[in-house]
This record gives sequence, structure tokens and C-alpha cells, in this order.
Amino acid sequence: MIVEIGHFALVMALCISAIQATLPLFGANTNNRAWMALGSPAALLQLLLLAIAFAALTHAFVTSDFSVNLVANNSHTLKPMLYKVSGVWGNHEGSMLMWVLILAIYGAAVAIWGNNLRPTLKARVLGIQGLLGFGFLLFIIFTSNPFERLIPAPINGQDLNPLLQDPGLAFHPPLLYLGYVGFSTTFSFAVAALLEGRVDPAWARWVRPWTLAAWGFLTGGIALGSWWAYYELGWGGWWFWDPVENASFMPWLAGTALLHSAIVLEKRDSLKSWTIFLAIIAFALSMLGTFLVRSGVITSVHAFASDPTRGVFILGLLVVSVGSAFALFAWRGPVLRGSGVFHPISREGGLLMNNFLLSVAAASVLLGTLYPLFLDVLDLGKVSVGAPYFNSVFVPLMTPLILIMGIGPLLNWKRGDAIIALQNLKIAAAIASIGAVTIWFVIDKATVLAAFGIGLALWLLISTLTELANRIQLFRIPFFDTWRRIRHQPRSSWGMTLAHAGLALAIAGMTASSAWRVEAIQTMKPGDSVIISGFNFTLRNVQNIKGPNYLASRGVFDVRRKQSFNITLEAEKRIYAVSRQPTTEAGIYSTFLGDLYAVIGDPDAKGGFITRLYFNPLVSWMWVGTFLMVLGAGISLSDRRHRVGASAGRKVPGGVTA
Amino acid sequence: MKRLGYFLPLGILAVLAAYLAMGLGRNPQELPSALINTPVPTFQLPPIKGQKKGFSNLDFLGQVTLVNVFGSWCEACRLEHDLLMNISKKKLVPIFGIDWQEPNPMAGPAWLKRHGNPYTLVGNDPKSRGAIAFGVTKAPESFLIDKTGVIRFKHTGRITKALWNETVWPIVQELKMQ
Repeated sequence: MIVEIGHFALVMALCISAIQATLPLFGANTNNRAWMALGSPAALLQLLLLAIAFAALTHAFVTSDFSVNLVANNSHTLKPMLYKVSGVWGNHEGSMLMWVLILAIYGAAVAIWGNNLRPTLKARVLGIQGLLGFGFLLFIIFTSNPFERLIPAPINGQDLNPLLQDPGLAFHPPLLYLGYVGFSTTFSFAVAALLEGRVDPAWARWVRPWTLAAWGFLTGGIALGSWWAYYELGWGGWWFWDPVENASFMPWLAGTALLHSAIVLEKRDSLKSWTIFLAIIAFALSMLGTFLVRSGVITSVHAFASDPTRGVFILGLLVVSVGSAFALFAWRGPVLRGSGVFHPISREGGLLMNNFLLSVAAASVLLGTLYPLFLDVLDLGKVSVGAPYFNSVFVPLMTPLILIMGIGPLLNWKRGDAIIALQNLKIAAAIASIGAVTIWFVIDKATVLAAFGIGLALWLLISTLTELANRIQLFRIPFFDTWRRIRHQPRSSWGMTLAHAGLALAIAGMTASSAWRVEAIQTMKPGDSVIISGFNFTLRNVQNIKGPNYLASRGVFDVRRKQSFNITLEAEKRIYAVSRQPTTEAGIYSTFLGDLYAVIGDPDAKGGFITRLYFNPLVSWMWVGTFLMVLGAGISLSDRRHRVGASAGRKVPGGVTA
Repeated sequence: MKRLGYFLPLGILAVLAAYLAMGLGRNPQELPSALINTPVPTFQLPPIKGQKKGFSNLDFLGQVTLVNVFGSWCEACRLEHDLLMNISKKKLVPIFGIDWQEPNPMAGPAWLKRHGNPYTLVGNDPKSRGAIAFGVTKAPESFLIDKTGVIRFKHTGRITKALWNETVWPIVQELKMQ
């Protein structure tokens, strides 16, 4: 019964979205206040209905109602409760329901918190959200209905893929969706602005919190996915340039560019076409990602079961939504004239370069991801494009970007003085160069690139801190005045400092763990020892243990280093009962300088076990760095100026407004 | 002219959409083999530890054979294994195994001892000589060789039950009748 209620709510949501998609838009065109005002209640009602539908589906999973086809295919009574719940979105249909639910959450958020928006703009934004919801709900109801029954119901289900029965992966999809579905809101804002024919600093200010929210969540979602891959897949890798990973990364690149482009629009009434374009492309890339994952067009370990019908539908949705947006852009674009002019060497210039480099990076990733498809369609053979291509294209693009990231915040608007900025950065440059050379000399003379990467990270970190020090005039004025400045800094500038510093840490972590990972594969008997990077790993024993829905062999390692350091690592190799699928659970211990990582493998015929032991340098710096980036977004979001709608450019004593 | 630039995104989208639409009709998992309908090249593999005899291209003559490339390190092979055990128990078609890329010579035999051995003959191929002969790209990969030693079918990835029933077994039967 509850399932039927959910199903009914889903169909009702479709009807409401039809209303939300049409009346507010017509109302905005004809200045009909009543119709425009319909947008908010429609959005709120849609959220309520979809929440009911989602709750009904969750209920079916939690109570193991195997008369629902989806539950039978993806769940099992022995599964722990957390994974019964996360199983709701661990499949195509359930995750699509989550997709539209989050779409509705964002729509409702605009309805609730968008009261300082121009009424016509608000109505149009909600209308576009409604259109998107309508399209996706049609898709769900007609091709991916989660509420389909299975009669007769089986006694038990087919269990969730063991790789997904993991806390990190349980939360990865919701975070990721809050991210790239969030870009639907910025998309709606962009299309609404094009319909209005008005893209102005007020619009940029209104769009900023939504961009921050989406970007923050997406950063967190991607980081969580990488972290999961690191500890679950058993060899310490965290990024594989897999098509589905790229599908989440491309919107992130576009979203980062959008975030910064909107700043220029808000402060200087410039880069209008760029900002609108980026807002459209960020969501277009999200849609493309959805298409790639669910249509079977690309081979990937991540891909859901491929179904060409679904692929056709999503492609249709993509073409209609993004195509209309780009058509509007082509028509209205030339009208978007900014009033701000700027010298190439200026903060605007730096941010323009930022836009450009990030867009080229996104385009390169897109090319690499789709290249196999292009060749196959043209019958030119089957190729795979992997890390070598992406690394050789991405790294050279990011290098100038990071260099500019250091200088940009120190340049003035309109016309910056490069000489003064660089003089301020003497220390940063010095530390970066000395650091890079030292590392090259001391650690590993072979990898110039890795030392260069650490140098870049140092440059970014020190220049970010330098900028902060300049703003608060650290050591140049009495500390009491510095303290006053610190207290009066707008939160968005703390956000910037945190996010840029976080990126620096993450870059250091990425460079070190890729370049200087130490790996040892061998057969060990209980009592054997292996030494890597100064750490002594001893295999104490291997026991067979029983989990809730799996059997495992657990290897216990004692790791010692000199006198002071003595810890125990437990690594498991599990076989899940229903699917008979094995997984490895690595034993990981994080230190400041790196992770100790142990994997227990199959036994050989003589009482020994294959073990893989690693020292992964600076891995936790990646997670801390990305956490700081998300924190920065959150702190920026809490800036009062977003909510009160204060005028742009409130002067902070002596400082350059962030 | 600048006005035309604003149409560029729309144009690129159209081209992209066309490719994606055409891509929907294709199967990215299918890897064509240049070796289909050519005889198996000359090769010889020594046996793995514990077996007396490896195999060579001469062992294919006179029967239809399924050649399966596996390794103890290959998780997908583990998933395919039950099907192979089933086939060998029912004696549907003889299976020759190529134990591929095992630096530790005991790993393969240990794996087979643990999970069961469906193979009539198993060749040890640490240096990929056999794999190269067959044009193997990843494990698991399987080939059907007919009675005259010609490669007739190749499948990359594990053979699922559905694939066996719908595609592979009918080909085996057809080859047996020739």
C-alpha cells in the first residue's frame, strides 16, 4: 500500500511540475502576478510529493519488501540496515528518484530563500526548474519506474553489490547529486536571465550562493568517491580518469570557472557572456555525465546496467534542455554587453585567464572521454584513452592556472600592478623554488615533475597566506589593528583563503602519492617481516571470521618503526554470501607524512599468503585539502551579504574587497 | 561575425549529440579480432606446476575447444569460474586454460586447487607468449577453436550464463557438426 502511495505521489509530482513549468513562465512574459506567484507553492508541493515517493521507496527497502522489483534486485534480508537504506540509491531507478528529489529540494530552496529576487526572475527560475523536473519525471515514470512490482515476490533478494556496501560509498551519490543537480539551479538562473534579457551584477549576486552550494557539495562528493576508491580497491589508487569519474569532474571544472566568473560580473559588470555560458555548460556537463553513466555508450566499471531506450530518452532531454539554452544564448548573447573595461593585467584579467584555462581543461577531458566513442562511430577502430593522455594534457594546463592563482588575488581591479604584486610574492616564489629543488635533490632525483608539483603547491599555499597577511597588514601595523581587521574580514574572503590553501594541500598530496608510492608484493607466512620506507611490517596471523553477510580471512599486521612507533593493521579479504563476490578491505593507518597500507590476498599452497604492502606519501593531505575547500565554500555561503542582499563592494578598511 | 560565435556552442552540441546518438546503437564491449577465421599461430606453453602436460597449437586438431585466459589475480575470472566448472562437469566442450602473467609459479595451481580445475590442459604463460599468439587484451578472455585449429569466436570479459546459452553454446554445437 505504501508503495502505491509513493507511486501515486510520483505521478502527482509530474502533474505539479507541468504546472510549475508553464504558468510562472507565461506569467513572467505577460506580467501576470498571480501566475508568477504560483511558482513557489508549486515548487514546495513538488518537494513534498517527491519526499513522500522517496520515503515510500525507502520504506520498501528497509522492510525488505521483495514484491517491489527494485528491492528484489538490489537488497537482501541479511544486509546491514545502513546498506538497506543506501541500497535505495545504489541502482539506476532509485538514484534517478534521488536526482529529481534533489532537483525539487533546490527548487523549493529558491522558493523559500529567493524572496529578494525580482519577481519575474524568480518566476522564470522556478519555471525552468519545473521544466527540468517535468522532463526527468517523464523519464522515470516511463522508463525507470522504481515502484514496479514483482509478482510472485521472491523469498529473498539478490543483494547489493558488495562493493557498494560501504559507508563511504553510501554517502557518495547523495553528495555528488547535491552537487551537480545543484548546477541545475544556476542553469535555471542563466536561462531565466537570458529570457529576461538582463544579466547584471544583481543577478550575479543572487546566483552566487547557489553556485557555492553546488560546487561545495560536488567537491565533497568527488573527494568522497576518491577516498572510497583509495581504501576499497586495494592498491591505493584514487583517480583513474574513468569516464564516470570524468563525468563528475567536468562539471566541477566548469563550476569552478563559473564561481569565479560570477565574481567579476558582480564586482565589475563584465564577463557576462562567459558567465552565462559557464552556467549553461556546467549543467550540460552534468546532464552529459548522467547520459554517459546510464546509456551503455561508454565502457566503465561504474556504469549502471546499460539500456539503449533509457539512453535515447536522456539524450533527448539533454538535447532539448541544453539545446534550447544554447539557442537562447545564440539569440540573446550579443545583447549582453558589459560596462566594465579592464586592462589585461588586472584581477579581471587573471579571472578571465582562469575561465579560459578551466574551460580548456574541461574540453580536453571531454575530448578524451568521448574519443573512443567518436572513433568507434566513424568505424576507425576501438581505442581506449587513459591516464597517459589525461595527465599529459591536464597537468600543463593546471600549471599556469596555479601560478596565476597566486598572483591574481593580489592584483587590483581594472588595472593591476604586476610589479608590486610580484614583489609581494618574493617569499612565496623563494620558498617554492627552494622547496622544489630540495625535494628533487633529497628524495628522488628521477622525478623532476613531482618536485615541480610540490613547488607549485608551496607557491599556492604561501601566496594565499601572503595575500591574507597583506589584507590584515600582519606585522606592519600594531597587532590590535590587525586583530580588528581579522574580525571584520568578510566571510567570503576567509572562504577564498581556505579553499585556495586547501587546494594547495591537495595538490601536494596528489603529487606525492602518485610519484613516491612504495609498493611491496610478496608471499608472507605468519611471522614473516617486510621493511618498507623504514617501517617493519610483520604478519602476525591470518584468521577466518564471519560477518553479517560475508565470510572473510583477516590478516593482522604489526607495524613497528624504531622504538616509539608500534601499531596493528587489520586487512580482510571478504566473500559475500549471496553474490559470491570478493572484496578487499585494506588495513590503513594514516600518519602526517603518509599512509601505511596493507592488503591480504589469497593463500598459496604452502601456508603463506600473498600480501601487498604500501607506503603512500601525503595521502591524508588530499582529504584534508579537499575538506578545507568544502569548508571554504560553506563559510562563504554563510556570508551575510548573500542573504541580506547588501550592495556589492562594501569597503573593508584598507583591504581589497574579496 | 562576432554574432556567429554565439552560435558555436549550439553547433558543437549538435555534432556531439549526433555522435552520442550513433553511439547508442553500438556496443563498446565488442572488440573485433583480426585473428577470427585464421588458424591459431604456432605456440607452445609449458604446464603449470602440478600438471604433466602443457599444450601447443597442435593440440586443437580433431575437436572443438574452448580456450580460456585466466589468472589468480583476476577477480572477474573468479566470477566466471563457476560456469566453467559447470561446463567441464557436463563435458560440454573441452576447456584449455592459459594461466597468464603469473610471476609466482605457485599462484595459479593454488588458485585452481582452491576453486576447482575445469581445464583439460593448462598452460603456464608468465611472459604472455600464448596471450600474444591469441591477441589477448585482458583477462578473462575466451576463444572457440574449431576442429581444424581455426579461431572462430572470441569474447573479451567473462562469459555470463546468458552469453553462454545464447551465443557461445550454439556456436560450439555448430562447430561440432562441421
